[in-house]
Amino acid sequence: MITDIVIIVAAALFIGVYVSWRAGRIDRLHARVDMARAALDATLLRRSSVALELATSGLLDPATSLLLAGAVHGTRGGDRPRDLAESDLTRALRAVFSQPDFRASLNGKEGADELLAEVEVAAHQVFLARKFYNDVVAATREARRRPLARVLRLSGRASAPEFFEMDDSLVAESSGAPLGL
Amino acid sequence: MKIGITCPYSWDVPGGVQQHIRDLAEALIDEGHEVSVISPADDDTPLPPYVIGAGRAVPVPYNGSVARLSFGFLSVSRVRRWIKEGGFDVLHVHEPEIPSLSLLACWVASGPIVATFHTAIPRSRVLLVTYPVVRTGLEKINGRIAVSEAARTTLVEHIGGDAVVIPNGVATRRYRKADPLPGWPGPGGAIGFLGRLEEPRKGLPVLLKAFEILGPQRPGLRLLIAGPAADPGEVLHRVPAGLRDRVVLLGQVSEEDKVRVLHSVDVFCSPNTGGESFGIVTAEAMAAGVPIVGSDIEAFQQVLRGGEAGELFATGDAADLARAAGRLLDDPARRAALSAAALAAVADYDWSVVARAVLSVYETVVLGSTQVAVTASGSEFP
Repeated sequence: MITDIVIIVAAALFIGVYVSWRAGRIDRLHARVDMARAALDATLLRRSSVALELATSGLLDPATSLLLAGAVHGTRGGDRPRDLAESDLTRALRAVFSQPDFRASLNGKEGADELLAEVEVAAHQVFLARKFYNDVVAATREARRRPLARVLRLSGRASAPEFFEMDDSLVAESSGAPLGL
Repeated sequence: MKIGITCPYSWDVPGGVQQHIRDLAEALIDEGHEVSVISPADDDTPLPPYVIGAGRAVPVPYNGSVARLSFGFLSVSRVRRWIKEGGFDVLHVHEPEIPSLSLLACWVASGPIVATFHTAIPRSRVLLVTYPVVRTGLEKINGRIAVSEAARTTLVEHIGGDAVVIPNGVATRRYRKADPLPGWPGPGGAIGFLGRLEEPRKGLPVLLKAFEILGPQRPGLRLLIAGPAADPGEVLHRVPAGLRDRVVLLGQVSEEDKVRVLHSVDVFCSPNTGGESFGIVTAEAMAAGVPIVGSDIEAFQQVLRGGEAGELFATGDAADLARAAGRLLDDPARRAALSAAALAAVADYDWSVVARAVLSVYETVVLGSTQVAVTASGSEFP
């Protein structure tokens, strides 16, 4: 009799601890999603501002400058959804960087090398940050899908995080090596 | 006069700006002027003798859609060489606020420059951001032309300064002759319509209602409708079942087929309910010499000379349209008279007239000025 009660109490305790551990894990995952999202936002913002700096640097011809500035402008809110606007900026940068002899055309211009390198680093960071963000989104969605999490509503009122899909490669699909990386 | 014209968009892609430049260049050549056009174009595109390809245009996102433009240091050097070798009296750039050849030409050229603004897209903030770069180019423009009042307003509001309005012309020659589509217009007569089917201001619903009245009275009468539609089935469904086999939807048609459509009908209908500033389709139909019945909106009153060059009906009134169209169908002599009047009236809108208006802008800006030359801008690009 006593042993039965001990077993039931122990089982209840065990289940309680397990469930709260699962709930805590989902909660931690959501927090990580928020952090990854903030990091991704920061890299996108950084890329935009470096691209704008290149556009207004006077290193490029006015058509290229205007093209880049237009793409940057599109990422700062507007009618176009964020993912499409950021992809537009990627494609504009790619069109500029993939011109044959683009680098050679800027040879010897003051500050050109540094600025181009900065654009490439910023673009690469977007690629990394987006990868990390989508990883944790995938893990969170998986954890939320578990039967226990669904039945006991362990994720509370938090909505499922969304993947962020965009074109973030500075490298044209046909050409080989990444530009400068 | 030696005239250099820049086209910002790829020559091999059909578009309003490209067609404008082609018609203008050909009209100027007909007047005895020497014209050279530089345009982005694929290497294997056959070009008219007066067009110089500036290399393949690159598809890039701009303004929310993908445009094929020429930019970058290679384009700069091509434009420089073209200006240097051209020895132009005047440089005429189109859409210089688009990041392509026209902006580059403004940047590297000095001397008399005329610019034509086609669209009314406010890009003020972007222009402001890059203002130092773009300003250098735009400030060199001596004379500005807008193709419509809307384009002029945008220009004034967002870039500043003013422009003269010179509307698009109609290449009347191209519409004069064509073979009708096989089997048209047919013994029972035919009424034609051109335009986007689902754009309510084009007025197709008014014509379909009128056909509900005319169709049962005239057993052989057919409707020939050309223009893009997202859902042609839905359009056809608005016609009573018994009349449906007498309504022919062609979908979007090529330039050549458009002219053939105009020659395939006894009466052309422009039922627009508004939103037209000129009515280019109506003017093209006039150039084809097809009798027109059009709504009495202001634009058509003007182009149809208050009813002398085409029958007018009360805008949006299907019964009045049915009466007017019926009268025309029954009266071959009236149709012939309207056709002749339309041909005479549309001559005012011919490209040769437009080209003379553009020429007088050229003549104004070259006064006291030297030839077009290259400046130091962009000279670092070989």
